[in-house]
Amino acid sequence: MRPAFSVIFLTTLIGAGQGLFIALYMAELGALLGLWTMPPGLYFALGCVLSLAFLAAGLLASFFHLGRPERAWRSAAMWRTSWLSREVIALPAFMAAVAAFGLAHYLRGAASLTLALGAAGLTLALLLFICTGMIYACIQFLQEWHTPLTVINYTLFGCASGFLLGTAWAAAQAPALIGVSALWTAGFTLCALLTRLASLARNARIRPKSTIQTAIGVKHPRIAQKSEGFMGGSFNTREFFHARSFAWLRGVKWTFLLLVFPLPLALLAAGAAYASWPLLAAAFALQYLGLLAERWYFFAQARHPQNLYYQAIS
Amino acid sequence: MSKQLALVIDLNVCVGCHACVTSCKEWNTSGAAGYMSDDNPYARDPTGTFFNRVQTFEVGEYPNTQTVHFPKSCLHCEDPPCVPVCPTGASYKRAEDGIVLVDYDKCIGCKYCSWACPYGAREVDEHQKVMKKCTLCVDRIYDESLPSADRKPACVMACPTSARLFGDVHDAESAVSRAIRDSGGYALMPEWGTHPANHYLPRRKTEITLHRDELERVDNPLKIDGKLPKPDLRAPSLDDSTSW
Repeated sequence: MRPAFSVIFLTTLIGAGQGLFIALYMAELGALLGLWTMPPGLYFALGCVLSLAFLAAGLLASFFHLGRPERAWRSAAMWRTSWLSREVIALPAFMAAVAAFGLAHYLRGAASLTLALGAAGLTLALLLFICTGMIYACIQFLQEWHTPLTVINYTLFGCASGFLLGTAWAAAQAPALIGVSALWTAGFTLCALLTRLASLARNARIRPKSTIQTAIGVKHPRIAQKSEGFMGGSFNTREFFHARSFAWLRGVKWTFLLLVFPLPLALLAAGAAYASWPLLAAAFALQYLGLLAERWYFFAQARHPQNLYYQAIS
Repeated sequence: MSKQLALVIDLNVCVGCHACVTSCKEWNTSGAAGYMSDDNPYARDPTGTFFNRVQTFEVGEYPNTQTVHFPKSCLHCEDPPCVPVCPTGASYKRAEDGIVLVDYDKCIGCKYCSWACPYGAREVDEHQKVMKKCTLCVDRIYDESLPSADRKPACVMACPTSARLFGDVHDAESAVSRAIRDSGGYALMPEWGTHPANHYLPRRKTEITLHRDELERVDNPLKIDGKLPKPDLRAPSLDDSTSW
């Protein structure tokens, strides 16, 4: 598949926004359980603004994916069958919950109110992760995507990135939370490393179910395409091929493995030790770059069976 | 069972002339649904929207090869994976005749349906920014102003070798159902459970099997045919001894 940059930005930005909100809600839950002192209201309110900024940026990026963005409102119609439609509903609903949670904290609302709003937000955040992941995981013939690992990876990457941002945010606003937030971040990052390595291992061993034999229905071991019907390219030759070399692909893989896991974890340790929010923000930025590469690789690695029909121009 | 219109394409007969491609483009670019846009049609790297393509494959190893011309358009799957993924409902399968269509006024151009089609049958129109695909000439096959013999898809009308059949594959006695049944019609990529309505008829080798006893005349039991000497050229023939 050709990586679609609008979708790469959408999924990584809203993932960070969702993770950050979950980090904020965890901070409140822990404080209510008496694990640490309740951070100030502004930590929550401005944190929600930050989360909303990421979600809104992701939403904006998604519009660049559409040929007809003015009709985007129609995409909420088929929620009974389409994961994309469900995501289109879950994202604004989640943004509303984040806004309500932040506003309740800003207005010093009762703990029961913020707790309930936060629970709604947490549920919607998890539903949104599932919707986003299932958009890819539900296409059975994109075998690289058709696995529960897709949903798990989207969730864990979003949480890792959002909690890293939350750690930087805690360093700036609620230093008491740095330690526990850094631990959660490290935990999510290491879990994401495990599941991503699992999906890399799985995808390296995939045997495509479709072959040129099933594609044209001729049972002969030697079939070579002599013409694809045109010479100047078409939507089929543009949309489903990344047109990069194997070496480039491998380079992107190692880039994201470095940028998403060890480097941010090192910066996280240093930033947590010195309680330095710029260092932690740098860790988040570095990991975000890595997540862009990770998402690019996620797309590029998927081999669409329609490519069997476009193996030779003439 | 309801109707399921479909094409049956005989790969044994297709000569790869692209008449179906040009005829499809001509009919559908002139239709009520609007043109099918092209870029650089007469320059370098021409590209454009088509509903139908003819591809060519070589099967086997030289010198024992077969050239297979392979027309490819939307297969109007009985269980189309492109339909449920559409977020707007622009992509739909008609209950009355099984044609899979795109409502160009509802499509938001998100391309998700093209990702969800294993056959690559859908193409985005780069200027109208909506997804397009074969309609089985839905604006033609029901047109009462056309003579009934012409109420067929443009590709079927154009095919000079009658490699394309059109009809209801749910009607067991239709020409397409008979062709599928009698000539080994098959579906593409059956592994995904899409149940394409369009079928393909396989290449068939034209062979004649001669058995040893067929090499001799049955009414020549004494095998004396070969023993008869050839008459001399100057010997009298039947014409010389017979008066008419």
